[in-house]
Amino acid sequence: MSFDALTLRQRFPVLSRRVRGKEFVYLDNAATTHKPDVVIEALRRFYAEEYATVHRGVYFLSEQATHAYEQVRVKAARFLGAARPEEIVFVRGTTEALNLVAYSWGGTFLKRGDTVLVSAMEHHSNIVPWQLVCERSGARLEVIPMSDRGELMMEEFERQLTSSVKIVAVTQLSNALGTLNPVREICALARRAGAVSVVDGAQGAPHLAVDVREMGCDFYACSGHKMYGPSGIGLLYGRHELLEKMPPWQGGGDMIDSVRFEKTEYAAPPRRFEAGTPAIAPVIGLGATLDFLASFDRVAAEAHERQLLEETEKRLRAVQGLRIIGTARRKAGAVSFVMENAHPHDIAAVADEEGVALRAGHHCAQPVMARFGVPATARASFAIYNTVADVEALVAALHKVNRIFS
Amino acid sequence: MGASDDLYQQVILDHNRRPRNFRPMATPTHVCPGRNPLCGDHVNIYLEVRGERIEDVSFEGSGCAISKASSSMMTEAVKGKTVAEARQLFSEFRAMLMGELDTGRVPHGLGKLTIFKGVREYSSRIKCAGLAWHALVGALDSQKQISTE
Repeated sequence: MSFDALTLRQRFPVLSRRVRGKEFVYLDNAATTHKPDVVIEALRRFYAEEYATVHRGVYFLSEQATHAYEQVRVKAARFLGAARPEEIVFVRGTTEALNLVAYSWGGTFLKRGDTVLVSAMEHHSNIVPWQLVCERSGARLEVIPMSDRGELMMEEFERQLTSSVKIVAVTQLSNALGTLNPVREICALARRAGAVSVVDGAQGAPHLAVDVREMGCDFYACSGHKMYGPSGIGLLYGRHELLEKMPPWQGGGDMIDSVRFEKTEYAAPPRRFEAGTPAIAPVIGLGATLDFLASFDRVAAEAHERQLLEETEKRLRAVQGLRIIGTARRKAGAVSFVMENAHPHDIAAVADEEGVALRAGHHCAQPVMARFGVPATARASFAIYNTVADVEALVAALHKVNRIFS
Repeated sequence: MGASDDLYQQVILDHNRRPRNFRPMATPTHVCPGRNPLCGDHVNIYLEVRGERIEDVSFEGSGCAISKASSSMMTEAVKGKTVAEARQLFSEFRAMLMGELDTGRVPHGLGKLTIFKGVREYSSRIKCAGLAWHALVGALDSQKQISTE
């Protein structure tokens, strides 16, 4: 297995189009990634030749579709390093996965006086579900602080880890800052303190090889669309003994063993958590995505993305009036920045004119913006198909920003 | 044409760099904070209304060049106008942004505010240009705050 960004780039049809008359430079990968030909083709073929419902048809196509669907669960378990396929729940995405854990585990086991610990750099999707369950249960939400560099303050975290802490929910990789968190250490400390660990892998899974057992987490959530897969499908990993104790969070077809008006028996995990006809085609597309991710050297891909990020930060520092937000020692995937003379929206608008897609805003991480005292940042985020040419286009666009606004 | 021609014309850049009436007001008769939750922009509009006339208007806040320039030019446009005239300007400005007012053909009182006409080609920026105007009307209507969402 090898890795070559330029060769892989050819596999993504949309990247060869032009935008506003310019070559398309896509640097908003932390929001969502583009799709390779194999994923597009898998979706087309499934809809054109193989489509059927799953888990109930006794006819040929449905049996085939059910088999294909469950094979993706097997692949996903392998992809995340789960002990068994039953530890993988198909969900809409990371947001739904985190809501599921908060609602089902949190809603069942959190009591008044308990504490939920989240970090100061969480995406809203790893804050709001916990606030909702805290409101219902009377538990308290506490925040692990971060330093001016954008690194979690681990000593403070250890002090916060009292016996009242029942859940520690942290991101593996910050979408707003690019900070890589020491999730292995965090999960180990949480477990020692008797707390359940929940890792938001929305940004981590696309960039890093994940092994949930090596990481030591109890729950891990990620989204297909951020790692070259279809939108509308994500994965929740949960340790089986925890999933077994959790009640369903949505009722409907497919999640039951038997239904009587007096009493309903629920199916075992993971089907207990998959009510209704699932996202069949996106699951099939995710299977093709996981094959795609296994088709190149991911360690080399990681190194490529790391070099690209370092190169970008080096060049950004040379841009007049630009300040990088988030200077953690271990970073991946994204760099946030502000410019003296231009608001992030104006930066992104001028970049767009040059064909460069950047994100500007609060990145669904308003507490992070508040922590750094900025209303918003511009963000460039990377994928396997980005190259130094993309970085050059970005820097040229930023010089244009300075010409217009200085 | 691109963003730097359509959006970032010299007048807009100038108001962004040196916003007019950019200050809080000690004793306003009307005030309204406006927020754009999608992007985090916010603006406070202060008014001093005597009788039917807007004697003074100012703003403060943080936002992109479009929202800042629009706020600045709004204050210049409505200062000294009656409340009814300001409301009329708001509806014309809004109609222009929504593409419902062809400023080249239909008579209007927008004057140099037509410089924001190009914004309607950039749907994500329409709210930036409209924020201060919505907050102005919010202040006149004594709303506690307004949001573009």
